Amino acid sequence: MNVVGIDCGAKFVKALILKDDKVKAKISVLSGFGQKAAAEEALDKALEEAGLKKEDVAHITATGAGKEEAKFARSTITEVRADAKAVNFLFPSVRTIIDVGAEEGRAIKVNEAGKVVDFAINEKCAAGAGTFIETMARALEVKLEEMGPMSLKSQKSVPMNAQCAVFAESEVVSLIHAKHAKEDIVRAVHDAITDRIASMTRRIGVEKDVALVGGMALNVGFVDSLKRDLMQELIIPEDPEYSCALGAAFAAQEKAKGG
Amino acid sequence: MEKEYWRWPEYRWSSSDIDWKRGDIISAGVDVGSVSSQAVILVDGELFCYSNYRTGSGSPESAQKVMDKALEGTNLTQDKIHYTVGTGYGRVNVPFAKRAITEIACHARGANFMYGPTVRTILDMGGQDCKAIRCDDKGKVTNFLMNDKCAAGTGRGMEVFSDLLSVPIEDMGRLSFEVDEEPEPVSSICVIFAKSEAVGLLRKGWPKEKVLAAYSSAMAHRVVRLLERIKVEKDFAITGGIAKNEGVVKRIEAELKIKALEPQHDTQIAGALGAALFAKALVEKERGLG
Repeated sequence: MNVVGIDCGAKFVKALILKDDKVKAKISVLSGFGQKAAAEEALDKALEEAGLKKEDVAHITATGAGKEEAKFARSTITEVRADAKAVNFLFPSVRTIIDVGAEEGRAIKVNEAGKVVDFAINEKCAAGAGTFIETMARALEVKLEEMGPMSLKSQKSVPMNAQCAVFAESEVVSLIHAKHAKEDIVRAVHDAITDRIASMTRRIGVEKDVALVGGMALNVGFVDSLKRDLMQELIIPEDPEYSCALGAAFAAQEKAKGG
Repeated sequence: MEKEYWRWPEYRWSSSDIDWKRGDIISAGVDVGSVSSQAVILVDGELFCYSNYRTGSGSPESAQKVMDKALEGTNLTQDKIHYTVGTGYGRVNVPFAKRAITEIACHARGANFMYGPTVRTILDMGGQDCKAIRCDDKGKVTNFLMNDKCAAGTGRGMEVFSDLLSVPIEDMGRLSFEVDEEPEPVSSICVIFAKSEAVGLLRKGWPKEKVLAAYSSAMAHRVVRLLERIKVEKDFAITGGIAKNEGVVKRIEAELKIKALEPQHDTQIAGALGAALFAKALVEKERGLG
């Protein structure tokens, strides 16, 4: 039985096809300014990759900030529950899930059954989401994908005072003028976002094992900063940005089975 | 070079009625803010001259520049000033100031002079912060709240929108009323998120005036929350750069159902003016008059 999980994120829409707990296809499409069109495109591409037609799919569940835009979905699930389902399937020992996407950061506490016990979300402030790194990359004139590796080359951290992404933009420019090494500023940027994510996670309590998912888990600089801050090893799945889509697919599977 | 829409006009002013040579106490205040700097010079407590310029990269240089600009064309020289007080974000870096006093105290004192002793609540909307101040009839601070962590509700937020919409900063207020109907406020608090929300609205075909109206009311709403926490007591006055933006001011007034007092001077000089008044009092104290 084939099911689809679709995650309509702020920056990318992800579609994932699951067949009997196995991932058949996964696709990521830029959300742009039309999440509805992006959702359709993601679904079509995923079906094509899996060699399936729409009628071969038993159920589609949508999640993500723009989940209402996936008009073809038959049910929806919150991002928090989707993350919990996916991570509990992949790593049953995980009790704390941290998910950092483009415009949201989440910390979720789950029990051994994968049930959500507590969670905290930031969706109000860019300083605690992936957009922060993107904004700083622009100010530093560094390619987004180079930010992480560059951060690892830093020898020392320079202090950054600004918390707000808008203020941090000017601060970064003054740090460049003050002749600080670019890699040290990049490290400061990663430490700054880490500080916000770590304190949000501490609010719900950090219990082992800790998993990191979402697009920001692909940024090695952020991963390094977060490990240092939490003083914890982090479990990161392969393709961490598909966590919510995978969780939604599991939800679709349950629905299709009449759950 | 691209046009910098956020860049507001810099200028100076001096009184033609006052002869500083007849003055007994010449006092000055310099407010080095995060975005703009002001210098005010008083002759026996009367406004003699002032200037308002963009803060440069260093506080000492910015302080000197704004002082030089205030003195320009007045034939008063800096060595004749008896006492200078520094205030604002860069107050400890005003080399020629004898003392530094916090901008909260200076704003309240300055607003008391500018708007009269009936002022009890001051909203200072600066370039990178926003303060709600309560004071007594002498302009002494009784309570205050401040946001300096987040760009929402500060001048910087407005500058970001001025650049995004290619509207000169001084036209933003007027244009924000050129809408048939007041739109819903922008839903994001964060300036970065509000900016992407605005880009989405523009793509949907919203004219820039409507986007501006939606952002101006979101900004008004944000500062009203701060004011409500400190409780507004009349009379109410707004200082700082945003006080010149009628689009925000009128929306704050509408939400509070309180009218702000009409400013008699440049609303951005309140901090420097307060500092100059403190400087005068300090001279009097030194001379044993206070």
